[in-house]
Amino acid sequence: MQPSVEIVNSDTMTTFVCRGSWTLENVTKLSKSMPSTCRAKGVVFDFSHIDEFDTHGILLIIETIKKLESQNYQVEKKGQSKDFLALYEVCEINFPKKIELTIKHNIANEFFYKLGHLISESKKTLISFFSFVGGLTEAVGILVFKPQNIRFKATFYHIENSGLKALPIILLTSFLIGIVIAFQGAVQLEKFGANIFIVEMVTISVTRELAPLITAIVIAGRSASAYTAQIGVMKITEEIDAMKTMGFSVWNFLIIPRVFALIISLPLVVFFADVISILGGMLVAALQLGISFEEFANRMQESVEIKHIVIGLIKAPIFGWIIAVIGCFRGFQINSSTESVGNYTTISVVNAIFWVIAMDAVISVFLTELGL
Amino acid sequence: MSSVIVAKDIVTKFGQKIIHNKISFEVKKGEIFGILGGSGSGKTTLLREMILLQKQHSGLLKVLEYDVKNLSNREANELRSRWGVLFQFGALFSSLTVLENVSIALKEYTDLSSSAITKAALMKLKMVGLCEDVANLYPSELSGGMKKRVGLARALIRDPKLLFLDEPTSGLDPKSARDFDKLIVALRDTLGITVIMVTHDKDTISSVLDRFIILHDTKMAFLGNILELKQSKDEKLKEFTDGK
Repeated sequence: MQPSVEIVNSDTMTTFVCRGSWTLENVTKLSKSMPSTCRAKGVVFDFSHIDEFDTHGILLIIETIKKLESQNYQVEKKGQSKDFLALYEVCEINFPKKIELTIKHNIANEFFYKLGHLISESKKTLISFFSFVGGLTEAVGILVFKPQNIRFKATFYHIENSGLKALPIILLTSFLIGIVIAFQGAVQLEKFGANIFIVEMVTISVTRELAPLITAIVIAGRSASAYTAQIGVMKITEEIDAMKTMGFSVWNFLIIPRVFALIISLPLVVFFADVISILGGMLVAALQLGISFEEFANRMQESVEIKHIVIGLIKAPIFGWIIAVIGCFRGFQINSSTESVGNYTTISVVNAIFWVIAMDAVISVFLTELGL
Repeated sequence: MSSVIVAKDIVTKFGQKIIHNKISFEVKKGEIFGILGGSGSGKTTLLREMILLQKQHSGLLKVLEYDVKNLSNREANELRSRWGVLFQFGALFSSLTVLENVSIALKEYTDLSSSAITKAALMKLKMVGLCEDVANLYPSELSGGMKKRVGLARALIRDPKLLFLDEPTSGLDPKSARDFDKLIVALRDTLGITVIMVTHDKDTISSVLDRFIILHDTKMAFLGNILELKQSKDEKLKEFTDGK
C-alpha cells in the first residue's frame, strides 16, 4: 500500500494518520509530507494503519516528533503495535546526538596549516630516514664480525628477482638507447665528415652515463616498488612484529639482503647494458656511416679510455644502494591502511628515480672537476 | 513459516578435493542458524556460496527464493540489497571513515538526503553499541571488536531481512563476545532478522543459536538444536557441547 500521512484537524488536536509501509525506499517521499508546524497545540500520531516499518521509517517519525516537541507542541502517540513499540524504543534510545563532522577553516589558514604540516612531516621523515640509514650501517657493521649471520639464500633470491629477471627489459632498453644515440649522432657527424667520432660519442656517453642511469631507472621502477609493497604488506599482516618477537633481526632478514642484492647485481647488469648498447651503436655505425665492426672496435681501443667504463660501473652500486634503501625505508613507513600501500609505493619509486638522477649529477660534476 | 534458505544436496569441490558432500538443510524465517565444524571443514565456504562469492559444484541452493546458480545480474543485485554480511575481520574500507563505511550503501543506492543518511548511520552505530565519537575515525584507528561492530552496523544499514555473520565473536574478549551475542539476539527480536552465522564459540552455540548444522569430514554430521546435540551419543560431536 502507498505510504502517506493524513492530517486531520480539529479545534484542539491535529492528528497525523500514518499509513502504508514506512520503509527505507519510501523515507524520502514521506519526509517531504511530514509536518514541521501545525495549527493546534496538541498533536497526535496515529500509527494503527502502518503495515510495514523499519528503522529508517521510525527514525523519520522520531525526528519529526522531536522537532515538534522542541517547538512546545504536546505530542501523543497511539495505535502502536507491540513490534512497532519495541523497535521504536530501540531507535529512540539510539537516536544520535548532533556531531561536528567537518570543521571549516578559511583558505589562508588552511594553506599555512598545510604548509606547516608538510614541513614538519618532511623534517620527521628526514630524521627517520637518517636513523634508518644509521641502523642499516650499524647492522652491516655487526654482520661484518658475524658473517655466519648473513642470509645468503635471501640475498641470492633478491639478486635473481631484482637483477637477473630485469635483464631482458634492461638489455632491450639499452640496445634501443645505443641505436638512438648513434643514429642522432650520425646525422650531425656526417655533416662535418667526422664519421669516425661516432665511436667516442656512443661509447663514452653510453658507458659513462646512459647505461648506468637507464639501468638504475628500470630497477627503481621494478624493485623499489616491489620492496616497498612487500615490506608494507608484511607490516600490515604483522609479520614484521612476529619476526621481532621471535628475535629475528629485521635488518638481517629483510633489509640487508635487498640492499646487498642491488649493490651486487647493478654493476653486473650495467656491464651487460654497456655491451648491448655499444652493439646497438656499432650496428647503426655500420649501416648508416659505413664503419665496419672491426674499425669500430679498433677505434674504441685506441681512443676510448677504460676509465669511462669503470666510472659507469662504480656508479652502479651507489645507485643500487639508493634504490634499495629508499624502497625498504618507504616500506616501513606504510601503516595499517591499504591506501598507504599505494601512496608509499608511488613515493618510493619517484624518490628512488629522483635521487638516482640527483646523485648522478653530483658525481658527474665532481669527477669532471677532478679532471677524470 | 517460510524458508529463507533452502540447501539441497550441496556438493563443493576444489579441484579434485571434495569439501561438501551432499549437504541439505533449511533455514526458517526469524531463526538464528549456525554453521559449525572444525577448521577446514568448509564452514566459511558454505557461507560464501550463500552470499554469491563462490559457486557450488552441484545441488540446489536457494536464498530468499532465488536460486543462486541461475541468477541474472539484476536478480543478483536485488538479492544483495536484501542481506547484510559481516566478515570475520570487519572488512571495512580502509580509505573511508567509520561513518562513510556505514553510510556508503545508503549513499549509493537510495535517494536519502545526506543529513538523513548521517542520522541513520549514526543510529546504527549506536544500536551496535558504539558511541558517536568513533564516526570520524578511520578503521586503522579501531580495535578488533570495534571493527566488528562497525562491520555489523554497515551490514544493518539497509535494514536487511537476512544477516550473514562469519565468526562474529572470534577475537573478542569474553565480555564483548557475550555482549555481541546479546546484540544479535536483540536485533533479531526487534528487527525480525534471520541470522546465519559461522561460529566456533561454545557460549554462542548454547545461548544464541536456535538450530545449527555441524560439518564433519565433508558430510553434515548433525542438524538440530543444542538439546538434541546433548542427547547425541556421537563421540565426534561431543566437543561442541562440553569443551573437550
